[in-house]
This record gives sequence, structure tokens and C-alpha cells, in this order.
Amino acid sequence: MSLKIALIGQPNCGKSTIFNYFSGYKAMVSNFPGTTVKYTVSQVVFQGEEITCVDLPGVYSLTSTDPAELESRNYLLAGEADVILNVIDASTLGRSLELTLELMSLERPMVLALNMMDEADRKGIRIDAPKLSEMLGVPVVPTVAAAGRGLTELLETAVQAGHVGVRPVQVMFSRDIEEEIAELSDRLDPDQARELGLPWRFLLVKLLEDDPHLLAEVGRRHPGCLPIIRNHQKILAESHGRSPEIVISSERHALTVNIFEAVAKVTPSQKPTWRERLDWIATHKFWGYVLLLLVLTLFFQVVFRLGQTTENFLVGYLDQAQKLGGVWLGKDTLTYYLLVEGLFMGIFGGVAIVFPYLVPFLVGLALLEDSGYLPRVAFLMDNLMHLLGLHGKSIIPFILGYGCSVPAVISTRILESPRDRLVVSLLAVLIPCSARSVIIFALVAYALGPYWALGVYLFNLLVIGILGRISTMLLPEVSPGLLMEIPEYRKPTWHNVLRKSWYSLKDFIVVAWPILIAGSLVLSLLKFYGFDGHVNDALRPLTALLGLPLQVGTTLIFGIMRKELSLIMLNEALGTTNISAVLSHAQLLTFTIFVLFYVPCASTIAALSRELGWKQAGLAVVISLGLALVLGLLTRSFGALVF
Amino acid sequence: MLPLGLLAPGERAEVVELMLEKPSCQHCRCPGASPHSLCRLGDLGLRVGKTVEVLNASGAGALLVKVDEARIAMNRGVAMKIKVRRKA
Repeated sequence: MSLKIALIGQPNCGKSTIFNYFSGYKAMVSNFPGTTVKYTVSQVVFQGEEITCVDLPGVYSLTSTDPAELESRNYLLAGEADVILNVIDASTLGRSLELTLELMSLERPMVLALNMMDEADRKGIRIDAPKLSEMLGVPVVPTVAAAGRGLTELLETAVQAGHVGVRPVQVMFSRDIEEEIAELSDRLDPDQARELGLPWRFLLVKLLEDDPHLLAEVGRRHPGCLPIIRNHQKILAESHGRSPEIVISSERHALTVNIFEAVAKVTPSQKPTWRERLDWIATHKFWGYVLLLLVLTLFFQVVFRLGQTTENFLVGYLDQAQKLGGVWLGKDTLTYYLLVEGLFMGIFGGVAIVFPYLVPFLVGLALLEDSGYLPRVAFLMDNLMHLLGLHGKSIIPFILGYGCSVPAVISTRILESPRDRLVVSLLAVLIPCSARSVIIFALVAYALGPYWALGVYLFNLLVIGILGRISTMLLPEVSPGLLMEIPEYRKPTWHNVLRKSWYSLKDFIVVAWPILIAGSLVLSLLKFYGFDGHVNDALRPLTALLGLPLQVGTTLIFGIMRKELSLIMLNEALGTTNISAVLSHAQLLTFTIFVLFYVPCASTIAALSRELGWKQAGLAVVISLGLALVLGLLTRSFGALVF
Repeated sequence: MLPLGLLAPGERAEVVELMLEKPSCQHCRCPGASPHSLCRLGDLGLRVGKTVEVLNASGAGALLVKVDEARIAMNRGVAMKIKVRRKA
């Protein structure tokens, strides 16, 4: 049996960064709370010993509310971890210790990582780590995970703690609460804790605290105990004049304040730092939006300029190679179709058309994510989200959606209500993911200019806004207010940015590229044998309705596999990489809008049916297809007026 | 005493009361909070007796407040449920 180390801590304290350091790059890391929504496991060999590391979603306390948090809680309560590695953001030590006290009561070997020591330093917080370790009875290791400082020592300490079986000190509450715990302990049977695999004292405190999950569990097994528990809760509540949960959580808070004051000295700086000034601008009711617009414009310009230059350069060679191939092999031979139109264009179409936009897009998105700017955007957008009847927190799936719809759908787990999860999932898949962004850049920006591309994005947001408003009317529910921690700005480390971009790019190379190549081969065969005509004929009603050339039909079918495929296919179906010579501006725009909204790609449909059920996934397919048709028609008429 | 939501950017105040009058929030059965988010306040470090500073307020929309070393973005609906006393 290998040693199991579980990383747990409050959201955005750097668990995943530490985990990635141990495991190689396996977990997504960003500078906003709630990036990890399900746990990731990795095997690590350390000093000749095999260790299992588990990265759990962040929790503020062990009384969990959303499904992502529940996952952490269940994992910990199942007692699977041999060592609990509690990661703490040292710059918010006071608050973070409350979770630590709860974890200590699980009576497992435990190690504390005081992460982000550099940030604590900057905020003028000095922490006496040895003293903290002495007070809690667990080893404390100061770390700066982003710079890799202290992490080897941390792992070493954790492994040792597992072998030695470090015991945290018992957290003692004030006398009257302890009396209540003791009395409840006399009246219940310790076997109940053994049945649940929990420490006896932990169960007693949680029951007094009115923990709904454990109360239900105990009530199911021993219904006779419930009145006894309720009675003691009542005594506690009456003597304090507050509900029992509040009594105990305040107690824990008081304990952490004492610990904090004993181990930390705070000397705040008087002058506002550049971070504070930047924050003032970034969240200002006027300048905040100006900055947002500037950042977005810069983002689009850079991605587009870089992409366009590279694409032009590469496509030139691609065209020459295709012509050469035609001369060598003969234009109408099967070998030409298979090798040049199919294989060659499939392989290098990906390189020349998708890569130039995908790479800067992914790097740019990673930079934005890691800098900590996105939570500020969530703050600015809160009004807008409420106008749509959505929770401010639902901005996160939308933001992730610009990268890929699959994580966007999974991240809806951070939302508490099923109704919000449904609405946000259905809307978030309409956000142009990186694949669809490539199409927008390569078609619209390339032929009509970058501002048209920006226009497509804004139009997309407008449509999502209107749909959100409609869904609020159909499924009304008071949306809970936004409450979100805004993390510090952090200088993105190139290491993480490149790793993260590579991670997404690898997904394209491993998953999408083979599909692109296979799809390209299939299309070339269909073309050679003249079958593409049948497919196109079958889709004639659709293409005719949208005013698109007949040959476009097959590309739309392939686009369901991977959205990039419809772009590569478009080149092949029309027989040129110079698409703007064959399609009018109106047609280009109509095609892009249609591809942007119609049927989510196969992986997204799979994610949707996993998270919401196949019925809802089916609903998403039908709705998006209908929507794409309506919007395609609108774009066609718009194009007829403008161009 | 006034609700936190009425403070102007730059003002500091002490938290006097979190108005948790409703019996229970249906999501997590946390004490009283009508919007579920109110029960998160304690988790984020905003408790009675703490000093809060309003950093920015976007018109009728969300507020950005500072508590200890943490910055919290909150909807005005939440902010109106937090009673505070102005500090100089």
C-alpha cells in the first residue's frame, strides 16, 4: 500500500500548484478561486517510495455547500488519506486556520504548508512557523509554491508525518461547550462513530453543530438518537442565544484569532502599493470598463496579428506544395487525393491554419487567467450577470468557455442550484471556444479585419444575454448574490503559462489533430468517388437557406466531431486556401455565425450528458441547432444589406 | 448604524450585525441567511467586530471591500444585509 497524501485548503491557496510540482503537470492552475472542481490523483516516487498524491477542490470549511466542495469533504471523511496536507495562504492566515482546526479534529497525521510566504511578507505579515507548529502539534513548512521554494522539504515532511503518525493536538472549546460534548458523549454509543469511520469527538461536535449530512446519516441508522442530539443542540443554543452552528463556528473563530495573535505580527504598509492602485482602476465603475475594453482589444489584436502573419507565411508554402503534388502525381489520381488532399492537407492544414491562432490565443488566455485579472472582470460583470438572472459566480464557466467548452461545463459544479447549473451549462457552450475562435480569426478577421471578429464576439455575448434573460423568465429563481474572494494580482510565471498552454495544445495534437487528418482523408475519398455530392445534396435545404455554396455541406457534418474540422474541410471542400476568393463576405460571416452556434462538438456533448444527463444534452443540441439556423438567416440578411 | 452597501469608496466601518433573520437557507441550512451567500461571509473572514473598508463600488452594482488582508467582491443585496458603524 502506498502512502496517500491529500492536499486540502481554502480556494486559491495554491494546492494545485504544489500538486503539479510533485506530479508533473496534471492539474489546471489559475489565479481564481474554484479552478479545481474534482479531485486529481497522481503517483509519485519519492526517495524510493511510491506515494499517491490527491489534489482536492478548495473548501472554506467541512460544512460543504456546492458539489465540488462536497467531493473534498466526502474524500476526507471517508478516511482514505494517510496524511492530510493542509495548504494555507499565509497572507490570509487568520481566516485559513479555521479550516485547519476542523481538519485537526479528523485526528489524522497532518502537515501544514504555509504557502505564499512572499505575499505575506509583502503584506507585512511575519509568521513564527515553529511556534505555530508547536501550538497545533503538526509540522509547519513555509513554502512559495509558484517559485518551487520549500516543496521538496514539504513532501519529505509529509511522508515522514505519515510514517511516524503525527497526531495534531486536540482542539478544546470553552467549558460550557465541552460540557455539552461530554454529555452527548455519555448518551450516545461510540460505535456510531466507528460505523461511520469517523473520530468519536469529531462526530459529536459535528452533530452538535447541526451538520445536515451526518445528522441524516445517524438518523437513518439510529432514529432514536435524534431527539437526544436535538435536545443538546437546544441547550447550547439557549445558553448562547444563537444557533448551535454559529456557537461552534464562532468558537473556532475565537480560537484561530488567539493562535493568529500568538504567531503572527502584522505591520501594514502605509502607502498604497501599485497593486492597490491598479485594483482601484480595474474595479472602478468607469475606468474598470475602459481597462477591460483596452485589455480585450489588445488581446485580439495581438492574437490576430501574430496568427495572420504566421498563417500567411505558412499557407503560401502549403499552396505551393499542393500544386507541386498535383503536378507530380496528376490531379485526378487516387494517390493525389489520398496523399495530397487528404493526408498532407490534413496534417499541415492543422499546422498552418489552426496553430498560428491557437498558440497565441492559449498563451494569452493563460496569462489573463494567472494574472488574477479575471476575478476583477467577474466583479465588473456582476451587474450584467444579474440582469440575466444569473449568479455572479457563473461568470467562471463563461470565462473558461473561451478556452474549451468541456471544462466550462464541468466547472458549473461550483454553482449551488441545479437550475443555475443547467442554464449556465447550456449558455456556456455557446461561448466561442479556442477552436471556434480559430475559425473566427481565420475567416472573419482574416477576410474582413479584426474589428469584425471582435464584433462577432460581442454579437455572441448579446445573443447569450438575450437567451439568459429568456431562461430567467422561463425558470425564475432568485439568484443568490455574488460573494467572491478577489485574489491578489500575481505575476504569471512563464513556467505555468507555458505548461498550461502546452497542456491545452497537447489536447489538440492528441485528440483533434488525428480526427482532422482522418476527416480530411475521408473527405478526399468522398470527393474522389463523388460521394460528397450526395452528402451535400442531402444538406442542400440547409445550405440553400443560408445562401452558402453546396460544397460547404460536408464541412458542417465534420464540424460536429471537432469545430476546427469545418475550417480545414472548408479549404478542402472548396479546393483552395484562399477562401475569400470563393466565398463572399456575407457568406463567410454567415458560415462563421452558423458554425459558432450550431451543435456543440462531440466532446462537449459527452461532457453535457455526464454533468446534466442525456436529455439535457439532447436539449442543448436541438436548441443550438435551431438557434444557429435563425442567427445564420439573420446574418445572411444582414450581409445582403451591408456588403 | 447603516448598511455596508451605503458606504462610499474609501470609507471604513466596523461590522455590527449580519442580518440573518430568515429561519434557514435551503441550500446548506446555514443559519438564517436568506441569500445563500451570506453564510459564506464568515468563511471569507467577514464577522461581527471586524473592520471593513470599501475599496470600490460600481454604481448600483457590486462592492469591493477589504477585510483583514482579503478582498471580497459582493453584490449590493448582500452588502445591504450587513450593518456597520462608520469609523473615522
